[in-house]
Amino acid sequence: MYDFSPFIDSINSFFTSNFSPFWASVLLMLLLGIAILAFYAVLGLYLVYAERKICARMQNRIGPNRVGPLGLFQTIADLIKLLLKELIYIRNADGFLFNIAPFIVIVASIMAIGSIPFAKGLQAIDLNIGVLYILAISSMGVIGVLIAGWASNSKYSVIGAMRSGAQVISYELSVGLSLLCMIVFAGSMQLSDIITSQQDGWWLLKGHIPAFIAFVIYLIAGTAETNRGPFDLAEAESELTAGFHTEYSGIKFAFFFLAEYMNMFIIAAVATTIFLGGWLPFHIYNFTAFNNVMDYIPPVFWFFGKTAFIIYVMMWFKWTFPRLRIDQLLALEWKYLLPLNLLNLVLISFLTLMKWHF
Amino acid sequence: MALLTTLKSIGNYFREIYNGVTSLARGMRVTGKYFIQPSSIVTQQYPENRATLKMFDNFKGELILKHTEDNEHFCDACNNCARKCPNGSIEVISKREEGPDGKTRRVLDKYIYHLDMCTFCGLCVQACDQSALEFSNEFEHAVFDRNNLIKQLNHPDSKVVEKQAETKEPNTPTV
Amino acid sequence: MEETLVDIDFKEKEEYIINMGPQHPSTHGVLRFETCLQGEKVKYIIPHCGYIHRGIEKMSESLTYPQLLHLTDRMDYLSAHINNEAVALCVENAMEVEVSDRVKYIRTILAELSRIASHQLWWSAFGMDLGALTTFFYGLRDREKILDIFEETTGSRLIQSFITPGGLMADIHPNFQRRVKEFITYFRKKLPEYDQLLTGNVIFRERTLGIGYMSKEDAIDYAVTGPSGRGSGFHCDVRKLAPYSAYPFVQFNEITYTEGDTYHRYLVRMKEMWESLNILEQLVDNIPQGEIMLNLKAIKAPKGEYYQRVETARGELGVYIVSDGAPTPARIKYRSPNFSNLFILNKVSANHKIADLVAISGSLDLVIPDIDR
Repeated sequence: MYDFSPFIDSINSFFTSNFSPFWASVLLMLLLGIAILAFYAVLGLYLVYAERKICARMQNRIGPNRVGPLGLFQTIADLIKLLLKELIYIRNADGFLFNIAPFIVIVASIMAIGSIPFAKGLQAIDLNIGVLYILAISSMGVIGVLIAGWASNSKYSVIGAMRSGAQVISYELSVGLSLLCMIVFAGSMQLSDIITSQQDGWWLLKGHIPAFIAFVIYLIAGTAETNRGPFDLAEAESELTAGFHTEYSGIKFAFFFLAEYMNMFIIAAVATTIFLGGWLPFHIYNFTAFNNVMDYIPPVFWFFGKTAFIIYVMMWFKWTFPRLRIDQLLALEWKYLLPLNLLNLVLISFLTLMKWHF
Repeated sequence: MALLTTLKSIGNYFREIYNGVTSLARGMRVTGKYFIQPSSIVTQQYPENRATLKMFDNFKGELILKHTEDNEHFCDACNNCARKCPNGSIEVISKREEGPDGKTRRVLDKYIYHLDMCTFCGLCVQACDQSALEFSNEFEHAVFDRNNLIKQLNHPDSKVVEKQAETKEPNTPTV
Repeated sequence: MEETLVDIDFKEKEEYIINMGPQHPSTHGVLRFETCLQGEKVKYIIPHCGYIHRGIEKMSESLTYPQLLHLTDRMDYLSAHINNEAVALCVENAMEVEVSDRVKYIRTILAELSRIASHQLWWSAFGMDLGALTTFFYGLRDREKILDIFEETTGSRLIQSFITPGGLMADIHPNFQRRVKEFITYFRKKLPEYDQLLTGNVIFRERTLGIGYMSKEDAIDYAVTGPSGRGSGFHCDVRKLAPYSAYPFVQFNEITYTEGDTYHRYLVRMKEMWESLNILEQLVDNIPQGEIMLNLKAIKAPKGEYYQRVETARGELGVYIVSDGAPTPARIKYRSPNFSNLFILNKVSANHKIADLVAISGSLDLVIPDIDR
């Protein structure tokens, strides 16, 4: 039920039968690119809207409610405003790097989206090293941040960029290790395989406490990797005004802004895929009636529901906690998360070896 | 002994983590509680609630000269308010005019109020012996030209209240 | 490109200087810290003030005493009532008159309410300095309740010009006592929430405990008064040392800690809010009857020099009036608490991180217009 592969296959065969192989692949890529870009823009804008609404509710406010019903078009209006704004040219800035930085950031997050399975068969590319690919691509964004900070020729920006570099390099370890724990369980790095291995229960549920620890560490490290509060040191509004994007204006700023939210989505989507069974519905062991009802809910809803929940938790973090200091940030990684993670990995390997997981 | 201290420090390490996490959870409970309570929203939707929005009686919006229904005010142009004003927001322009009893007397010609300079300290209202001044609750002062904030407070063709101005003794300052 | 003075400095001394301010989110106003950095570490900072100097002291020389009062609101605008009270008390001392007990009680209630309102705003902004953005809205939400009380009685929310030499501008509103009591019960419920959200938070404690140590000697040397000084164990509460208005009639504790770090400066203010609630509770039901304004022919200080100090929300405010008998003062000088508190900043924040500098300057609770006047 709800398998997207026939649909995808029909599109595929339509192109291959009507065009030469070269043009078929070019057109397919084009189609895919447009689809992903449209998805990216719409989702990014509505994540911004969601964040504004959620933080407003936490702060006893209403949030955007003027543009459109419930303020639903607020972020679209914001985007139009940003598109129309002047791109301020910074004297003494390195023009080429200054202009290219936002694109690096946004390209990195667009590329990561390509390998996320939204539903069975609804995946742009199912790499056999999917997890590695996502890790590699998503950490490319920091290069854009570093370039942005350096090229702006602003002191605040440089400090922000350096902080961001130190932060992402450290937390990359924890993200990788906590995902590795789950790879050990699943025995594969292919995202579709990992999902199939959770047919009989999500790894978060059948992996005992170690899986839960890995999940929490992944959430913390993932939040840190996206430069969001309480780890938003690269921007640190009260210290560095806006950190690495202080000097950016107009649509280039919007790129950084959108990329932040999309990175958050990617982190949440990966957490969903690896810990929470991706697009698989929630099943209770041997409770067939319940399971059948759950099966009627399309997998796309399951995927976005779980992702939305994790995004909500990340926003909850941001609007509750104070920001860490740079040395505390690194201490948290190297003194707490990394040792715990390594211990956890050993435990999980042992559990897998003994086949003690469900 | 060494083992014991090592164990103890490991215990402390984990206790630290536990305490930290619970303290974070406590904070999240507060924000989470407000998230699920729509009744806790305190935002006032200003232009929409204009009909119901009521300022407190004492609210100092802008200075007005009280006028009766017959378009009469109480100002005898004594200039006390202008003298008390710390930053010269008030100009009282008076003229000589023949009263009903035949004597010439000072009457108010124009009462100019510079809303753009006023700091709402209330000394003018306090200084007025005739209680001719008061603060209204009007607070929507936004205009496109600063000159529009210079207001003439006495209405066109208004006169001073006749009876009271003649019979009443000058009051002691009422507060 | 022309070389500016800063560039030359930077090249010769190999120092990384950033200007925090005058337009910066964490300076809470137009204050500039010329900050010299070594990596993330602050080597020294030079505070530059004067961006919002309005010449209040000079202007006051051409204004009569009731008139100059409205300028004092605009120094430390978060404790406007207390500033008014300082001038009013000083002029009353000079004229050797005493206001009725009713006036004293109302003045004290208003002063304590402004102290709470000021601490609420400080708490909000301090949380925001540290990156906890939600505190700002919770603090301001509760502060609105106090401002409503002010508005109902005085007619304005922030800058009231209500306490005047000889008494008060008007009597309290009939709802005043009821609203204050409602506020006390309301805020007693909300204060523990503040603690849950920020005080107990492990990140907050890590960010503030042991940061920005100020010894008692330093506090005395630099004349750091108010909660900032009391966090270092400097007993400087004017309400205890030289009680004025209705403070002799109430029981309260002076909150002091000896640790002298950012966290304890924070705790002093949190505890002071509880103390202020206690003071309010003792006063609000017992406001005696009496006249609101003394019947004075003219408000002017006789020839001589007069000094009066009060405790504002951020420390000791001194008013020094030199009078030659005219209705206007010959010279007036304000010893503003923030001016003294500011200059300890270089000493306490040296060798800390930039993030700590923000936390420390937040914990000193600076109000910039009060520094420059």
